Order: sequence, then C-alpha cells, then structure tokens
Amino acid sequence: MIPDLGKYAGAVLSSYAISVVLLAGLIALSLWRGARVRRQLDEMESRRKTDG
Amino acid sequence: MSLWEYANPQKFMRTSGALLPFVWIATAACLGVGLVWGFFLTPEAENFGSTVKIIYLHVPAAMMAINAWVMMLVTSLIWLIRRHHVSALASRAAAPIGLTMTVIALVTGAIWGEPMWGTYWAWDPRLTSFLILFLFYLGYIALWEAIENPDAAADLTSVLCIVGSVFALLSRYAVNFWNQGLHQGATLSLDKEENIANVYWLPLLICLAGFVLLFVALVLVRTRTEIRARRIKALVTRERMA
Repeated sequence: MIPDLGKYAGAVLSSYAISVVLLAGLIALSLWRGARVRRQLDEMESRRKTDG
Repeated sequence: MSLWEYANPQKFMRTSGALLPFVWIATAACLGVGLVWGFFLTPEAENFGSTVKIIYLHVPAAMMAINAWVMMLVTSLIWLIRRHHVSALASRAAAPIGLTMTVIALVTGAIWGEPMWGTYWAWDPRLTSFLILFLFYLGYIALWEAIENPDAAADLTSVLCIVGSVFALLSRYAVNFWNQGLHQGATLSLDKEENIANVYWLPLLICLAGFVLLFVALVLVRTRTEIRARRIKALVTRERMA
C-alpha cells in the first residue's frame, strides 16, 4: 500500500507523522477547549435565569 | 450588507456557526484528496527522489505560517483603528494556529534539508527569518496570557504584531532580498517556466486549499471560544459586583 520511498523513507514518513500529530493535536485541543468553555457558559447562563 | 456587521459578536456567532460544518467538510475533502494524491500517486522527482512528497506539507504549512501573521496584522489594525473586540479575539485565536504551522514548516524543512543539503539547519536568510517568526508567535501568545486587562492586552499584542510583520514579510521574500543561502526560491510562480511540474502542482494546489480551509475552520472555532470566554469573564465580574 505504501509506495516504495527508497532510502528517503525515514525522512518522508517522519515528516508526515510529525505533521499529522501536530495538526491533530491542534484540532483536538481547539475543539476540546471550545466544548469546555461552551458548557461553562451554558451553566452560568442557566444559573442566572433560575436565580432571576 | 457590510463587513463591519460581523464585529457584532452575536452576528459573528450566528454566521460562523452556520458556516462551520461546510468549512470542515471542504477541509477534510481537500486535505484528504491532496495528501493521498501527493503521497501515493505522484512519482519521485529526479533531483529530490521520494523526498519531493514532503512538499505537500512543507509548502502549505510555510505559506499558512506567513499568511496567519498577515491575517493577525489586518485584525490587529482593525482593533487599533476601530476597536472591534471580535477582531482582537480573532487575532488571538489565529496565533496558536500560525505557531503550529511555523513548527511544521521548520521541522519538515529540517528533515527535508538533511538528505538534500547534508544538514538539518543552516543560518540561511529564509530559515533564520522563519525561526524569528516562530519566536514572535511565542512572544505574541505569551503577551496575551501575561496581561489581565483584555483591552490593554489587545493593544500591546497589536503593536507586537505590527513589529513582527517585518519578519513575516522577510520570511516570504528573504530569498529575493539576499541572493544567497541554501533555500531555493518560490515553489509556486505565475511564470509557467519557473513553476514546478504539473504532476506535483495539482495535488499541491489542493493541499494549499486544504490548509487555507483548515486555518479558516480553526480560526472560526477558536474565535467563537474566545468570545464565549470573554462573556464568562464579564458574567463573573458582574456576579462579584452584585
């Protein structure tokens, strides 16, 4: 499945691996923090509504 | 309809919320097609061997590292001139994305450089200006975190962004300014003679579109988070005052 990368296989595969890890980490962190802050705000807003 | 309408946080949240699913789908499609095409279906290059496949990550990441700073410059100027909070928050949201892109460009460049130039690093004009850009990103993010007052933080980071723009521009044009160093000239050119071969150009173009879309998606997500975080801060302050 993986094409024959010859003597540069290490360089090519490590470039892809590092980039994918960094991009996936950035996306995951952004979505996780987004969900956490949203939940926190929803809780505060509903508390304000119930408190009047 | 005016662009300034989006300076209203509620309008921004509504519009960005509706747009985001489409941007994510387009991002996944472009990155999926571009990277699979580039990695699996393009041949080795005569002078680079199979390392040419690194181009599909290195060039888009380097382009977005610079363009993210340009976007931050524009939003910082809008903040300084018109005092729109969404603009300052969008700038803050873009910085970690630009930093990640810069790291990817530097790391993939070093990995690519070793087999081609015989070294991971050289104090070449483009490489050095990219390293300085990386340090500016770190400084920019640290400054936002260090200042409690959000308006003062936005003011100071905007000034830092304007200063750092010199290095963002240098990163792009260093090869043209100083005709020396190991790094080659621009990979993509409007001049057909200077451009890379079509077999690499088309998947690269799709990867570039994918990285731009990924940047847009992440900026929207992170700006929405910053707006909500600002609202939480305001509510907490109001509760304390009551």
